[in-house]
Amino acid sequence: MTILIKGGQVIDPGRVNGPADVLIEQGKIAAVGPKLKAPANAKIIDATNKVVMPGFIDLHVHFREPGFEYKETIESGTAAAAAGGFTSVCCMPNTNPVNDNQSITEFILEKARAAGNANVFPVGAITKGSEGKELAEIGDLRRAGCVAISDDGLPVMNSLVMRRAMEYALAFDVPVVDHCEDLHLSEGGCMNEGFVSTQLGLQGVPAAAEDVMVARNLALAELTGARLHLAHLSTAGSVRMVREAKARGIKVTAEAAPHHFMLTEEAVCGYNTHAKMNPPLRTGMDVQAIKDGLRDGTIDVIATDHAPHATQEKQQEFAAAPNGIVGLETAWPLTLTLVEEGVLSLETAIAKLTTEPARAFSLKKGTLAPGADADVVIADLHEGWEVDPARFRSKGRNTPFAGWKVKGRITTTIVGGRIVHETT
Amino acid sequence: MSFKHKHLLGIAPLSVEEIMLILETADSFKEVSGREIKKVPALRGKTVVNLFFEPSTRTRTSFELAAKRLSADVINFTPSNSSVIKGETLLDTARNIEAMQADIIVLRHPAAGAAETLARGVKSSVINAGDGWHEHPTQALLDLYTLREKKRDFKGLKVAIVGDVAHSRVARSNIHALTKVGADVRVIGPRTMMPCGIERLGVRPYDNLDEGLRGVDVIMMLRLQLERQGRALFPTIREYSRLYGLTAERLKLAEPGALVMHPGPINRGVEIAPDVADSFASVILDQVTNGVAVRMGILYLLSGANE
Repeated sequence: MTILIKGGQVIDPGRVNGPADVLIEQGKIAAVGPKLKAPANAKIIDATNKVVMPGFIDLHVHFREPGFEYKETIESGTAAAAAGGFTSVCCMPNTNPVNDNQSITEFILEKARAAGNANVFPVGAITKGSEGKELAEIGDLRRAGCVAISDDGLPVMNSLVMRRAMEYALAFDVPVVDHCEDLHLSEGGCMNEGFVSTQLGLQGVPAAAEDVMVARNLALAELTGARLHLAHLSTAGSVRMVREAKARGIKVTAEAAPHHFMLTEEAVCGYNTHAKMNPPLRTGMDVQAIKDGLRDGTIDVIATDHAPHATQEKQQEFAAAPNGIVGLETAWPLTLTLVEEGVLSLETAIAKLTTEPARAFSLKKGTLAPGADADVVIADLHEGWEVDPARFRSKGRNTPFAGWKVKGRITTTIVGGRIVHETT
Repeated sequence: MSFKHKHLLGIAPLSVEEIMLILETADSFKEVSGREIKKVPALRGKTVVNLFFEPSTRTRTSFELAAKRLSADVINFTPSNSSVIKGETLLDTARNIEAMQADIIVLRHPAAGAAETLARGVKSSVINAGDGWHEHPTQALLDLYTLREKKRDFKGLKVAIVGDVAHSRVARSNIHALTKVGADVRVIGPRTMMPCGIERLGVRPYDNLDEGLRGVDVIMMLRLQLERQGRALFPTIREYSRLYGLTAERLKLAEPGALVMHPGPINRGVEIAPDVADSFASVILDQVTNGVAVRMGILYLLSGANE
């Protein structure tokens, strides 16, 4: 299919920022430039008053398949991705069975191909069964298509195992991703430890539970020379340590989730299980530190930690409800609030959804350079809309942003030259 | 003045006037409990369901007596003999109970916020009879009632709450209640038992019992959860008892005539020495007696708010 996107503002971070047309032929970017001529058979998309960007990349999603298809499937998850402007997603291995071997990786890739909504890049487990004991077959996982390794949600507590994983991963140039949480410090906790948890009588997770593991991981990355990627930073301490580590040349990249720069622990008041996630929502000071980290580049990437759950699971008592919220379909307007607040320029904000995640995981994605895969998203910056979970493509309805009036809408998503999402 | 709330979920949402209204309402019911025939028809035809997800003989019995003395029909529903163990959610269980036209549900639950979650999901009035570490409002109200009987004025009354404040719903509700009515509240215990930011609730923390007890008018001992021994909160019951147990000797540090309270059940010889528990200073059994009257008052006010 030949597509000509006309009249938009093209923002391809670091390369193009201005009015231009984008021509797509045979699934690739054919040309980007002013006033391109439409080939005879081309479908024309009018992008007047819209921005045209490389398709977004989410380094952190949970698609629940295999094992928890009632929460989300690869098909529904990738449909949500397309609706949110994400053309590539990296799915975490905490499925059942865990993605710790090549057959699960192949199963995920096959499901993704069948769905055809977005590129899926699986993240393999660090250890067998994510039990934190023995290394998974990282070489096999890599060859099968995994782009990173992580025991997300079940962090590797044994520092020796983590050291060995980092050393071993070097042979495959694969980033080691950690959800930084000291499970002893966080045991039993279900929200940030602070005055709000004291008022609510809920057990808290101190910021130190994250900081301790960030410090350990940075020390191990320095020791081993491995590529370290830190998932969903939530504390001021984490940001400070990553900033310092980067200055000293440690190979570390980091991500933050929109909820960690949009919300504080106050959102939990009323025992709102849609404000329950791990790491938990922190204080206003932490939110500010996350924004500062995004601004100065300490935090490279915005990733959603898309974590769908069934409605009845979130309707439980707060302590019993599972962690996490869906994020794919709200990420764009929430990211734009950073632009509105002056935290990020529009181009930098887009970079954190495109070029930066591509760099962190070495994905050949996130660019509109001629010859690149035609993964493109067209979005509006100003159109107001109300977040209505009933309209999500995701099976998950669990979002704290329900009813929020937001600005900025994804209008068209193109994956490999095929239109996979259009707002009508 | 009428009681505006449909539910009693905690002390935090109540105004001083509402707290005083509950105490005054309890006054008239205390008199009922002293009669030969301990019953009034105020809640005749109403159904009260005690929904207890945690074992509690004392609170459940107190609510049951209170409801019966008001002539309500009372059902006790405990998870051990119910569908809860079959995996039914709290909300579904409660909706089933509601479908049987329960007017008031009295909920005891191990999860903080359970009463609030329930109140959002059902049409019945909900009384929080203890939710996790969050609140136990009727305990605080009966403590206030007892204090008012013995000390008359709350203003400037020096109250020490001693023990595991972090994991205590009784402590939280009493901190809210006592600070609202103008008492001067301190909390005493090791730092492992003090929740983050406790000073912001308007109380002063002490980690030394002798220092904290000096000059107080009231000592509220919290029950020590013995199963927490060794799990990082305190090393041994022996050491805890030596550092934070209330003895006759230590009682002398308080103001003469100081009262000793305890929500029960007490661990004799652990947080409180037997001679102190049985002493003239102890009002522990008055608390139990007043509990029935205060709960009658609350049931009465909430049933009225329902109409």
